[in-house]
Amino acid sequence: MNTSLSWIKAYVPDLDVTAQEYTDAMTLSGTKVEGYEKMDADLDKIVIGRIEKIEKHPDADKLIVCQVDVGGEVIQIVTGAPNVKEGDKVPVVLDGGRVAGGHEPGQKVEGGIRIKKGKLRGVESCGMMCSIEELGSTKEMYPEAPEYGIYIFPEDAPVGASAIEELGLNDAVFEYEITSNRVDCFSVVGIAREAAATFRKEFHPPVVTPTGNSEDVNDYIRVTVENTDLCPRYCARAVKNIKIGPSPKWMQRRLASVGIRPINNLVDITNYVMEEYGQPMHAYDLDTIADRHIVVKTARNGEKFTTLDGQEREMDENVLMICDGEKAIGIAGIMGGENSMITDDVKTVLFEAACFDGVNIRKSSKRVGLRTEASAKFEKGLDPNNAQAAIDRACQLVEEMGAGEVVGGMADVYGKKKEPVRVAFDAEKINALLGTDISEEEMLGYFRMIGLEYDEATKEVIAPTFRQDLLCLADLAEEVARFYGYDNIPTTLPNGEATTGKLSFKLRIEQVARDIAEFCGFSQGMTYSFESPKVFDRLLIPEDSPLRRTVQIMNPLGEDYSIMRTTSLNGMLTSLATNYNRRNKDVRLYELGNIYLPKSLPLTELPDERMQFTLGMYGAGDFFTMKGVVEEFFEKIGMKEKEVYDPNSGRPYLHPGRQADIIYKGDRIGFLGEVHPEVADTYGIGERAYIAVIDMPEILKYATFDRKYTGIAKYPAVTRDISMVVPREILAGQIEDVIEKKGGAYLESYRLFDLYEGAQIKEGFKSVAYSIVFRAKDKTLSDAEVTEAMNRILKGLEALGIELRK
Amino acid sequence: MKEKLEQIKAEATAQIQAADIPEKLNDVRVKFLGKKGELTAVLKGMKDVAAEDRPKVGQMVNEARAAIEAMLDERKIKMEKAIREQKMKEEVIDVTLPSKKNLMGHRHPNTIAQEEVERIFVGMGYEVVEGPEVEYDEYNFEKLNIPADHPAKDEQDTFYVNKEIVLRTQTSPVQARVMEQGRLPIRIISPGRVFRSDEVDATHSPSFHQIEGLVIDKNISFADLKGTLEVFAKELFGPETKTKFRPHHFPFTEPSAEVDVSCFKCGGKGCRFCKGSGWIEILGCGMVHPHVLEMCGIDPKEYTGFAFGVGLERIALLKYEIDDMRLLYENDIRFLKQF
Repeated sequence: MNTSLSWIKAYVPDLDVTAQEYTDAMTLSGTKVEGYEKMDADLDKIVIGRIEKIEKHPDADKLIVCQVDVGGEVIQIVTGAPNVKEGDKVPVVLDGGRVAGGHEPGQKVEGGIRIKKGKLRGVESCGMMCSIEELGSTKEMYPEAPEYGIYIFPEDAPVGASAIEELGLNDAVFEYEITSNRVDCFSVVGIAREAAATFRKEFHPPVVTPTGNSEDVNDYIRVTVENTDLCPRYCARAVKNIKIGPSPKWMQRRLASVGIRPINNLVDITNYVMEEYGQPMHAYDLDTIADRHIVVKTARNGEKFTTLDGQEREMDENVLMICDGEKAIGIAGIMGGENSMITDDVKTVLFEAACFDGVNIRKSSKRVGLRTEASAKFEKGLDPNNAQAAIDRACQLVEEMGAGEVVGGMADVYGKKKEPVRVAFDAEKINALLGTDISEEEMLGYFRMIGLEYDEATKEVIAPTFRQDLLCLADLAEEVARFYGYDNIPTTLPNGEATTGKLSFKLRIEQVARDIAEFCGFSQGMTYSFESPKVFDRLLIPEDSPLRRTVQIMNPLGEDYSIMRTTSLNGMLTSLATNYNRRNKDVRLYELGNIYLPKSLPLTELPDERMQFTLGMYGAGDFFTMKGVVEEFFEKIGMKEKEVYDPNSGRPYLHPGRQADIIYKGDRIGFLGEVHPEVADTYGIGERAYIAVIDMPEILKYATFDRKYTGIAKYPAVTRDISMVVPREILAGQIEDVIEKKGGAYLESYRLFDLYEGAQIKEGFKSVAYSIVFRAKDKTLSDAEVTEAMNRILKGLEALGIELRK
Repeated sequence: MKEKLEQIKAEATAQIQAADIPEKLNDVRVKFLGKKGELTAVLKGMKDVAAEDRPKVGQMVNEARAAIEAMLDERKIKMEKAIREQKMKEEVIDVTLPSKKNLMGHRHPNTIAQEEVERIFVGMGYEVVEGPEVEYDEYNFEKLNIPADHPAKDEQDTFYVNKEIVLRTQTSPVQARVMEQGRLPIRIISPGRVFRSDEVDATHSPSFHQIEGLVIDKNISFADLKGTLEVFAKELFGPETKTKFRPHHFPFTEPSAEVDVSCFKCGGKGCRFCKGSGWIEILGCGMVHPHVLEMCGIDPKEYTGFAFGVGLERIALLKYEIDDMRLLYENDIRFLKQF
C-alpha cells in the first residue's frame, strides 16, 4: 500500500510534518512505513518559463536559441527539442539546478544531474527546458505530456513559479507494510485516519453528498445473488450520457503518485475510489448486459471465460462469476470480461461495488492463476458497509467532473447487515495487561480519535464495521498502547513464583556430544531435513529397505527436497564432498539433527523424530580414529560398559570389511565404518572417508552424569605380557572377551601392544601381543595368584585355536 | 701433628680448587676423607699420640675434616650451578617458532547463537524445552488462533505432509503444547528447526531455526515483556543496546509488537549495516491472545502471559556479519573454522 503525503494531507489538513517525521511516528503507532521516496529529491531550481522568442542557431541545424522569461528575467536557452514554439510555457531548470534523469524513460540518475551555464556550439545557454522524463516521471503518469520533447504547461501557468509544485512533484510517497488484520488501512482514508490520530490532528474524511437524477436505477438493472455467502453484498448504480475525457489534474496527480496510470475519467474514478476507500469497483457497459440482469453465481466446472486482458481462462465450480441474463461477464472480485468492457463509445455505465468472501476470492485467484489489485483487496475480507460509501463517492465524482448523468437510487442486494461490534471496556484491566496507569478518560480519548464510540450506559466500546479486528478487551488494549506509545510503557521484570532455569537431560547430552566432537577436531555442520528420494540409490540402499518408507511433502520446493530424511548420511556425505571439491584437506564434520521415521504410512500420527549424532571425516585419521571419538563420547556420558562391535551387519553404504554396528548392553546404538568406495565415488569424495552415526534416543537410556569414586589403588600391580599366534579370522574383540571373562577378580586392565602379520608368521595366522595388568585392592598379589589367573586366560585362548608364542 | 694437619688442609684446598668436574671433586673427597684417606690415616695414628693429647688432636682432626667438607660442598654447589647454567645456555630455543596446536573443531554459528540465547534465559529461570518438527496443523495454526483459511496460513508458505500434518512453520506450536500440560507458572524457551517454502537465496532458506519464549503467570504485563526483552537485547548485543517496540500483528498475541535494537555497528547513528535507520529488527512478540490461552485450557481471567520468537539465523548473521545465509548450510570447513 502506497500513499503520497499530499493525499493524506487532503484529509488531515493541519498535518505539518516532514516525510521522516511522518515515517517515524506512523511506524510507532502501528502503520509501518517501509520507506518513502521524495519525488523531488533530485529536482532543484526548476521554474515555469515562457518562451518569448525562438531563433535558429547560427551553427547548428538541429538547435534553436530561445529567449525564455523565467519571471522578471529573460534568459537564453539553446535546445534541440522539436516541439516548442513562441508563447509556450515550459519547465526550466536554471543555472546550478538539478534534474532527475535524461530524456529517455527509466534513465533516472542517482543524485540527479546538475545543469550549468555553458555554450552549445558557441552560443551561450543559461539553463535547460525539461521533458517529463528529465523531471523523473513518465508520459504514462502525465498523459498530457508530448510524445517527445519538452513538457508544455497550460496557458494559465504562472511564469516564474516552481514547476515542481505545479506538477505536483513536491511530494513524498510512502510505502506501508499493512498487517492482515487492518483491512481498513488498505485505503488512503484509513491511513489518513491513523495519521490524524497519531499526530492528534482533525480528521476530515470526504463528505459524500447525495447524487442522481429523478430516475430509479432499478428500472435500468435487476440484480440477483445466488450465492449470498460468497457475496454478502452487491451494490450497483448507473450513469448515463457518459462523456469520456481526461480526469482532472488533481486526480491524475494523486493516481500517478501511487503508481496508477491515468487513463480517462471513468477508469480513473474507479481506480481513485479503490485507493481512497479501499473498495474495488468495476464499470460495465450497461448496453452489453443481456436482459439488463446481473446474476452472481458460481461457474460451471471447466467453464471457459475470456478476461478483459484478452486471456481465456478455465473456471471451476468454486469460482464466483458475475453474469448477465445469458452469459458470464466477469470473474467476481478478480477481473471483468472482455465482453462487457467499456469502450470509448459507451453510453451508459453500470458501476459495481460489491463485497465478496475473502477466502473464496483468495482461492479462486489461485485457481484461475490471476491476482489483481482488486482481488488482493477483496481477499482480505472487506466491510460490506464500505461498498455503498464507495459507490456513492464514485457517483459524486462523476457529477463533479461532469463525466455523465447519475441515475437516482442504488440496486442493493444485502443479506444480513453487518452491525458494529460492542466490546466491554475496563480501563483497570487494560492497565493491568499493559503494566500502565492510564486514565479512563485518556483511553476514551484515543478511541474517539480513531472513530470508536463509547456507550457510557453499558460501558462498551462500539467498533465500526471497518474495524473488524476489534473483538475483545486485548484488542482495545492494543489501541490504547498504540496511541499512548509503546515507548511510554514502563519496563519491568515478571515477579512471581520462582522457576528453575534448566536444560533437559537430552539437551545436556547433546551438549556433551558437541564438546567431545569439537575436542576431537570435528566442526559442526547443518544440513536440510528434507532431501531427494534418489539418495537411497546413491547410498546403495536396497529397494525393500524400511529406510525408503519416508514422510513425503505434498508441496515440496522440488523433488530434491521432497522427503523427510530417514538417514543422516546423505547430508554428511554431501558436506564432505563439498569440502573435497573445494580442496579442503583433513575435513572432520559432525551434525546433530533429526531423522523422521513414519510410524505408519500413510501418516496418521506424527513420525518418530530421532536425533542422530553423525560424524564424518576424510584425510588424517582412520577407522580407529573414528572409533576413538565414539568411545570418548560414551565414556564422557557415563557409559562404562564395554561396547561390542559387530562387523557383520552388512550396511550397504559402508565398506563391507570396514564397518561395525555398535552394541551396548545388547542394544544397537549406532554404527561406524569406512564409506563404501562406490558411494564415495558417487558423491565425489576422492579419499577414504569415515562415518559414524549414533542414535541418540538409544544413548539416552544409558547416559548418566552420576559418578562414584572408587579409590586409588594402594597395592602394586603385576603385569604379564603374552604373545600369541592367532588364526587370522579371530577378532581382537574375541581375545579381549576371553581375557575379561577368565581374568578373575584381580584383572585390572589389558592393552594390545603388538599386532603383526607377514613373514615369520605362518600362513593364515597373525601375531598378537597383549599386556595384562592384575591388582588387588587389599593386598599385594602373590605370583601364584597371578599365574592362576593367567592360566585360566590361556586355556580360554587355546580353545579359540590360539597358540602361545614361546 | 698440627703442621701435618695444616699441610693436609692446604693440599686439600689446592686440589679442591683445581678440580674442574664433579668426578675430580669426588676423587678429592675420597683421597682426604675416605676410609683410606689421609685424615683417616691421621686418626689411625692416634695410638702413637700421648693419651692426654688425644682429645686435643682428635678435635683438630675433626676441625680439619669439617673445614675440608665445607670446602668440598661449597665447591660442589658452585660447580653444579655452573654446569646447569652452561646446559641452559645450550638449550635456548626460538620462542617465535610456530606453536603446536591441538586440532579442535568448531561450533556452528547457529548453535553459538542458540547457546547464547539459552544462557541468558536459563539465567532468568526459563526451562529449555523442545517440540516436534513435523507437527499437527492444529498446534501450528489452529491453537494459535490461525483457523483454516486464515490469510496468515498463506503468508507462512507451509510445507504440508497431509491435511492434518505440516512441517512446523514456527516454534510457536511448542507454546500450545506446553500450555496444554497445564503446569503453571510457565517460563520456557524452545529452540528448534522450522520450515517455510522459500526458495534458497542469500537471505532465505526453506529450513531455518527459531527460539520461542513463553511466560504465563498471574499479573504478567506488557511492561514485563518489554523489560525481559530489554535485558535479553543488552545481554546479547551489549549493555549500550537500546530497544524499540513497534506495534505489529500476530494472530496469537494481542497486543503484538516487533522489536528493533539499536544498530550495534554504528550505535544507532545509521550506517550501511542498518540501512541508515540506526535500528535492526530482531524479533516479534506480544501478550498471549486470550483466545489462545482458552484453547489451551488456561483461564485468561486469572492468567496472562507473553510470548516472543527470534530467528536464530538472523541473530547469527547479524552478530557475525555473515552476508549470505547459504553459507550456514554448505558446511565448508573454511567457513566453520571462523567460529
